[in-house]
Amino acid sequence: MSRINAFAAFGRRALPNQWDLVAFAGVIAILAAVARAYHGIAAPLPPVDQSGVSLDYWELPYYALRTTLRMFAALFFSLIFTFTYATLAAKSRRWEMVLIPLLDILQSVPILGFLSFTVTFFLGLFPGNVLGAECAAVFAIFTSQAWNMAFSFYQSLRTVPKDLNEVARGFRFTGWQKFWQLEAPYAMPGLIWNTMMSMSGGWFFVVASEAITVGDTTITLPGVGSFIAKANDAGDWAAVGMAVLTMAVVILAYDQLLFRPVVAWAAKFRVELSASQDVESSWVLNLLTRTRWVRGLAHPAFEALRALSLLPIGGRPSSRSRTFASPRASRVLDIVWFGVVGAVAVYAIYSVVAYVGTELGWSDVGRVAVLSSYTLARVVVLMALASLVWVPISVWIGLNPRWAERVQPVAQFLAAFPVNLLFGAAVSLVLTFHLNPDIWLSVLIVFGTQWYIVFNTIGGAAAFPNDLREAAKNFHIRGWGWWRDVIIPGVAPYYLTGAITASGGSWNASIVAEWVKWKDQTVAAHGVGAYIAQATDKGDFPRIVLGVAMMSLFVTLFNRLFWRRLYAYAERRFTL
Amino acid sequence: MLDIATPPLLDVSHVNQSFAKSSGEQGAPILQDVSLSLRSGEIVALLGRSGCGKSTLLRLISGLTRPTAGKVTLDGKLVQGPAKETAMVFQSFALFPWLSVLDNVEIGLRAIGVSADQTRQRALKAIDTIGLDGFENAYPKELSGGMRQRVGFARALVVQPKLLLMDEPFSALDVLTAETLRTDLLDLWHEKRLGIQSILMVTHNIEEAVLMCDRILVLASNPGRIAAEIANPLPHPRDRLDPEFRNLVEKIYALMTQRPEPKPLQSAAASGLNFGMALPRVSTNSIAGMIEEIHASPYNGQADLPHLADSLQLEIDDLFPIGEMLQVLKLAEFADADIKLAPLGVKFAEMDVDQRKKTMGEQLLANVPLAAHIKRVLDERPSHRAPAVRFREELEDFMSEDYAERTLRSIITLGRYGELFSYDEDAQTFSYENPA
Repeated sequence: MSRINAFAAFGRRALPNQWDLVAFAGVIAILAAVARAYHGIAAPLPPVDQSGVSLDYWELPYYALRTTLRMFAALFFSLIFTFTYATLAAKSRRWEMVLIPLLDILQSVPILGFLSFTVTFFLGLFPGNVLGAECAAVFAIFTSQAWNMAFSFYQSLRTVPKDLNEVARGFRFTGWQKFWQLEAPYAMPGLIWNTMMSMSGGWFFVVASEAITVGDTTITLPGVGSFIAKANDAGDWAAVGMAVLTMAVVILAYDQLLFRPVVAWAAKFRVELSASQDVESSWVLNLLTRTRWVRGLAHPAFEALRALSLLPIGGRPSSRSRTFASPRASRVLDIVWFGVVGAVAVYAIYSVVAYVGTELGWSDVGRVAVLSSYTLARVVVLMALASLVWVPISVWIGLNPRWAERVQPVAQFLAAFPVNLLFGAAVSLVLTFHLNPDIWLSVLIVFGTQWYIVFNTIGGAAAFPNDLREAAKNFHIRGWGWWRDVIIPGVAPYYLTGAITASGGSWNASIVAEWVKWKDQTVAAHGVGAYIAQATDKGDFPRIVLGVAMMSLFVTLFNRLFWRRLYAYAERRFTL
Repeated sequence: MLDIATPPLLDVSHVNQSFAKSSGEQGAPILQDVSLSLRSGEIVALLGRSGCGKSTLLRLISGLTRPTAGKVTLDGKLVQGPAKETAMVFQSFALFPWLSVLDNVEIGLRAIGVSADQTRQRALKAIDTIGLDGFENAYPKELSGGMRQRVGFARALVVQPKLLLMDEPFSALDVLTAETLRTDLLDLWHEKRLGIQSILMVTHNIEEAVLMCDRILVLASNPGRIAAEIANPLPHPRDRLDPEFRNLVEKIYALMTQRPEPKPLQSAAASGLNFGMALPRVSTNSIAGMIEEIHASPYNGQADLPHLADSLQLEIDDLFPIGEMLQVLKLAEFADADIKLAPLGVKFAEMDVDQRKKTMGEQLLANVPLAAHIKRVLDERPSHRAPAVRFREELEDFMSEDYAERTLRSIITLGRYGELFSYDEDAQTFSYENPA
């Protein structure tokens, strides 16, 4: 060690230090990997019969790379979407009235149901090229990531502290300057947290979108998802195991190499009065900040970005006028605006109804509604079971700081893990033991999403004030009374945050969980998820539209009538 | 020294400002017919209690908001947007937490396109002047409140404004830190090292205003208006214990506790109600505590307000509302800079809890029209229940939404204590039902 230090001390100014070496190696490796993957993306589409995916284990790292790149491409577009859509909604009252409800609906729409449309669309855009299929996959991931990011950004923009806003206006920042100096930094912690959640959810969709059949078109993009699909077709347990292992490594790597550093770096954007007790740290960030050359190289880039963010683009602010002169003119504009928006909405609904109506009648609508209520029942029962099992366990873990520290990252990891990798294997068990698919496939619905309940509840229990625990002990509150009056109200807001995410994810999961293939066999449960999956497999678009629309309706109503009210109640009554 | 012929640095003339109701219509007035002017070379205080519109007035002057009527002229030019002749120092410091001290100071110059070199030079000079050397690379959350506010000063001074606006700049600081910053600022001002022509500061601290300012404008509330203007010729450095200093403080206390002349409210008068009475939010414990304090020695029933505020460590925003509540309930009354217990107040001091609750109930019904009104409505209705929204709407005809909410909250607390009625927060309804 001392020798290394001596080496570092020699020529302190110019020489790269030992950290530079490590950082350079990392950067070069990433560049090489991206270059390799790029050649694959630009290639022509392989013929249908010989899909480009083999079960060779040595190809797995490459597949993992392609899968990861898809994720990041989608993330890039999600960020662009977030910055534009959310900003427009936050800055314009009229757009806000349209965009935010729309976003709310988009959040509840089962994304997987859309795969069929987007695949057809993008393949048509780039005929005969892999790029079209890549775009379709990236778009699918995008739709799983973008909405909550945009929502978080919008909410941050709406809650920028008044005094900071006044500073920006007082110093006459232009719109562009204010966005990059105040609004974007202020929104950063929330946005990063939501991006992490989005990435976690995204793995599920990237796996689902790599190997997909729409009618006669079958797409297999090189990736872990298509590897699994092939392993499922072949019934190859070992290959499934290897894919699972690869995915675990990938998720760990992205967490350590990307998100930990970003979260640690973004801690400075938190608006808080005092330095917080627990400081996030990341070995990667520490390494990068200790380098000399890498930092030296990065410095001009950061300075250039800073200069860019300070360009005087847009007008200087004017006084916020409080003239009450013409509320009538404004009201007339409102009416015109709503008229236009309403007309567009009516036309859209009319076209959908007309399209679906060509092949399907009211009896189909009724059938899909019944199937949707099956899926609803499944989601409700499974969520209740998962809560009954996990809430006590999570509370126990959360109240033991030593355990909480270890278990919470694991739960977060499990939430990110795309459990659909395991569906094929799980179904083989259903087949072997002749189990009832309507019951046992249901389990898969919460298989991946229950972890949201776990880590949120652990977080809530860990944050439960110690003095309240001591008070409960002091007054001998025990048993059921302790649960009812002390801890359940205490963790309720946290639990609900997790449960709402889990519930949304479960609806989506039903599309892949209610209809699963293993070797040449297919197991199906009764439900709208299976209905959509089957229609997708056949390329039956009117049925897909009907199924997706019905599911969206159920999800939206379920959220509005149940979750949102419950959450508002918990926030009002139980927030400490 | 002051040449009357030169135009004032700042001229505010007949300014009105109103709340915007949520419907977008013009609501209750915040400021009514406010006129003032500032000359170069003076420090002026806008002194008033919370809610009197003093911060709003400061924002009108800085150009952050525009008045509903009247005009603001700065250095001969009409203010129509954020003016570059002003810079503001905030009570909350309002520093960008993600920027270092140096970046925070530089940001105002960078935004208007001053070159990086010149920005750095000017920022370092400002940091040096204000005493922040060595903290350039620190982030705001690493700093103490006093250091943070120094960054606030440096950031405002570096853009070289003509008029420095300060919005209660010392009220978020502890007593010792605040005093250090005040004297440091005054020293720099007298040494003419700040590079500004005039300072306008908003404060609710009477002693602070007397310590720092050449002129004090006392604002009255609901609607906000200038109630008095007091010149402060005391020489610097000023001594808080100097009898003349004390006299001035007493004089301002007396001014600020004067009972506002009753406002004619046509509709209210017609219905026999006086809803125009906005109630402060005061806890029943502080009412009882204040009565006991005044009743006990050394005050023995009559207390000097500055002395009382000092010994109880209460700001006027805490002290005055309690005093006013006592006055409304006819338990005590203001007399110049004193507060004096009424006969009932003396009795109250010796009562037990049940008697106090009973007295509170009686005094509310007799002296607070809103309390009597709520009780009458509850009596009239067969269900003996009434939603809060009904009374809130009635109140909003006479005052802003904030005041109405505060008044309602206040009457709920007092009414519960006096056991006049109960209130269900979940259902937002008044009733007589208490858990048996």
